[in-house]
Amino acid sequence: MDLPIKGDVAIWLAVLFGFAFGVFLQKGRVTDYNVIVRQFLLKDFTVIKVMLTAVIVGGLGVLALHSAGYANFHIKSADMLGMIIGSAIFGIGMVVYGYCPGTGVAAIGSGSIHALIGAAGMLAGGMLYAFSYPWVKENVLTVASLGKVRLPDITGVPDIAWFALLIIIALPLFRALERRSL
Amino acid sequence: MKKAYWNPYLVGIGIGVLSWVVFALVDKPIGISTAISQASGAVVAAAAGSEQVAANPYWAKNVPAWDYGTLFLVGTFFGALASSLAGKTFKFEWVPQVWQERFGGSRVKRAATAFIGGALILFGARMAGGCTSGHGISGTLQLAVSSWVFFVTMFVAGLVTAKLMFVKK
Repeated sequence: MDLPIKGDVAIWLAVLFGFAFGVFLQKGRVTDYNVIVRQFLLKDFTVIKVMLTAVIVGGLGVLALHSAGYANFHIKSADMLGMIIGSAIFGIGMVVYGYCPGTGVAAIGSGSIHALIGAAGMLAGGMLYAFSYPWVKENVLTVASLGKVRLPDITGVPDIAWFALLIIIALPLFRALERRSL
Repeated sequence: MKKAYWNPYLVGIGIGVLSWVVFALVDKPIGISTAISQASGAVVAAAAGSEQVAANPYWAKNVPAWDYGTLFLVGTFFGALASSLAGKTFKFEWVPQVWQERFGGSRVKRAATAFIGGALILFGARMAGGCTSGHGISGTLQLAVSSWVFFVTMFVAGLVTAKLMFVKK
């Protein structure tokens, strides 16, 4: 089998993998507005539990695959001005909407009408960005750009040490959260 | 699938393993917001003609089409639909509980806010180059600098927003 899989097969796999992602989001309760907003109120840590576990498990596996030559990294450019402004707008919007793009789409699938209305907002936001893109590209994305860098590149600290650090943070954190039923 | 919800750590492991599979088999990390911006291009094409979209440098890069990313998005919708039906948690919801406790039961108020919030997240995600999926999971697990900046910045912005919106003075 030649990897990566391309063409029609990849298109069908896209539906399958997306389906699995939707199941995980819904079964993980992160398609629930209340769970997401209460995460930002620090009253429910389901979002952090799901994400941090996914990052550690996913990261170690992808690192192993990459080391063995079975996976490529896909690093997004760190255009710092755009990153900071865009991420801040995103964080504000995530609480105002109560979902992120993926959980919003999955929430529509589980019956949320306000998620559906917010999805129309997402389409409007996408249009707004596309129309302002020439200006943003020229005036924002070019400022303080570090390029497609990884934490090990800029710090010299090797990959495995970052994952060790994440595990050292995650385990006591998870234990404390479970003890407090958060 | 019949169980209403799963343990969040198991779900995290599931998403982590799904990442291995997509990196290895199709060389495409999990991501959502690019596909939604492609969909917004498709709406413009239907309303104002495809020349509008073809002339736009952003949609020239992210062409509205049924490709891997947009079909993944379709799959995500159906996965959540099947999951909530199988677990008997599917429920039409106009106004969620946490919102209602703070802002009351008005459907219009909640809908208008959801629309604005949706516009903000997609604009922000595209400027930052990804959302909670592309940056927050796929990027952070590759230890990308951009993705960790995204995660920390959006989380802090979200904490402040939640406090301003929901904590009564």
